[in-house]
Amino acid sequence: MANAVTNSGAAELVAYDDAMSRYQPVLGLETHVELGTGSKMFCSCSTAFGAAPNTQVCPVCLALPGSLPVVNATAVESAIRLGLALDCSIAPWGRFARKNYFYPDMPKNYQISQYDEPICVDGHLDVTVDTPDGPRGFRVEIERVHMEEDTGKTSHVGGATGRIHGAQYSIVDYNRAGIPLLEIVTRPIEHTGDLAPLVARAYVSELRDLVRSLGVSDVRMEEGSLRCDVNVSLMPEGAAEWGTRSETKNVNSLRSVERAVRYEISRQAGRLDAGQRVVQETRHFQENSGSTVSGRSKEEAQDYRYFPDPDLVPVAPSAEWVEELRAALPERPSAVRRRIQAEWGLSDDELRDLVNADAIGLVTATVAAGAPSDDARKWWLNELSRRATETEVELAALAITPAQVARVIALVAEGVLTNKLARQVVDGVLAGEGEPDAVVEARGLKVVSDDSALGAAVDAAIAGNPDVAEKIRGGKTAAAGALVGAVMKATRGQADAGRARLLILERLGVEG
Amino acid sequence: MSAITRDEVAHLARLSRLALREDELDQLAAQLDDIISAVAQVQEVAQGDIPPTSHALPLTNVYRPDEARPGLGPDAALAGAPAVQDQRFRVPQILGEED
Repeated sequence: MANAVTNSGAAELVAYDDAMSRYQPVLGLETHVELGTGSKMFCSCSTAFGAAPNTQVCPVCLALPGSLPVVNATAVESAIRLGLALDCSIAPWGRFARKNYFYPDMPKNYQISQYDEPICVDGHLDVTVDTPDGPRGFRVEIERVHMEEDTGKTSHVGGATGRIHGAQYSIVDYNRAGIPLLEIVTRPIEHTGDLAPLVARAYVSELRDLVRSLGVSDVRMEEGSLRCDVNVSLMPEGAAEWGTRSETKNVNSLRSVERAVRYEISRQAGRLDAGQRVVQETRHFQENSGSTVSGRSKEEAQDYRYFPDPDLVPVAPSAEWVEELRAALPERPSAVRRRIQAEWGLSDDELRDLVNADAIGLVTATVAAGAPSDDARKWWLNELSRRATETEVELAALAITPAQVARVIALVAEGVLTNKLARQVVDGVLAGEGEPDAVVEARGLKVVSDDSALGAAVDAAIAGNPDVAEKIRGGKTAAAGALVGAVMKATRGQADAGRARLLILERLGVEG
Repeated sequence: MSAITRDEVAHLARLSRLALREDELDQLAAQLDDIISAVAQVQEVAQGDIPPTSHALPLTNVYRPDEARPGLGPDAALAGAPAVQDQRFRVPQILGEED
């Protein structure tokens, strides 16, 4: 019962375009978002990431006898706010349910979740996909958003791959057990045609931005605080009935969501072409190869024996509370994009670059700190994106704040720094040397523009290049470049080149 | 009228990883059936106008503020563990499931 049922081995993959010429995909996405609360869903243990094993546990999340769960008010508020942002209806009354299963990642032998009474139902999220014919919109219907708790982290010891097969035993850290999760479930997404992988990606991306804009989670996909289960099925072009779906679990990046859908379409088309059936099963995404492999089969459907949790009383948010939360929702990411595109005068391409770099929030914050939008955009999209790529971190994870970037931009505008010096200041800030002004001071990076210091360098340059000076006196002002170069060299690049040129021409009695 | 079958007990036992003997399956099927039948009598008085209940107390919205507090230290947390390795609970491998 451990292994998937397969019939007659693996079929050939079908090239994506070929598959899409004969089959229509239907998608479904279940996304888990770990909330950014300070404490767990049903107890007061800390949720801080990266703590030593089993240091953030208590009798409740360890399921010790006699302990009772109590609901985290902020988690409920976060669930309602996300539901409202997705245009869901908020259930006026609902209960938690026990999802029973035998596995050591939950010491209770059940996970507290919501079953037939989710807190939010019937919403939608509009997403945009770039196509060769321009942007195209899709509406993704949301079936439900429900609250549940995360599980502990199991590691399998003794197996070759860290998987359960061949493992001698498992070791478990319960720090994560009980951290609040929201699960967002879409209705089946149809009529995407060959844009299916892009629609899936755009949906997760938009959902991530929405969650982030609400401040209910920091949504770090690499830490697993947003993870996706991707359901894909195929039906022959023109068919009325959907095919059998596979469910690829725990897909952890936007790119992986897109690849997983694409791979499943090619794989399932191969089976159908070969006259085999698609097995309803759980699959795992392989980051390296971009493929999926069979996990446990759902042939013996999981029997979770859900029932209302008698330890918890119903959640019944008042209409007043819901309306209060609705009125306080922030501007939606899609509205923010439209507004900044107009305010900053961006082309569609410029906006897309900003979105793809995940830089809208950073640039907006930099503009709010006083920088012109063009400068802020250039710094984040060019110099800072390059640094992020080099050090393999997300842009937002760079050790520089929007306020610091705005200060660097201001120093350039004031003439204190050239662009070249500004990059060195950014180096300093990223290296932890402090605020931009402190880095300028400590590294002695200020542009030499006061006339006494610059004047001395100019005089030296003229004295050292009498031939050039003579040419300039004779009216060949273009030759001044050579003397500016000498000044820049003498000041190690810290001179204001424009000012140096003016001084040179002035000293030699020539009109600029 | 038997509501609980022997096969259902075997299925539940498998889900709970309980190894039951043949004679235990028969015995428990009969006992569970008695319990269910007894509880089912409630349905005779609770007609459609009485909503199903899951809780004895007429309470809703019992919340706590989102404030983190220290829990057990790892030593206390692991004191009841069947075995410990690397400050983690060490448990037998579970067959039939995959992480």
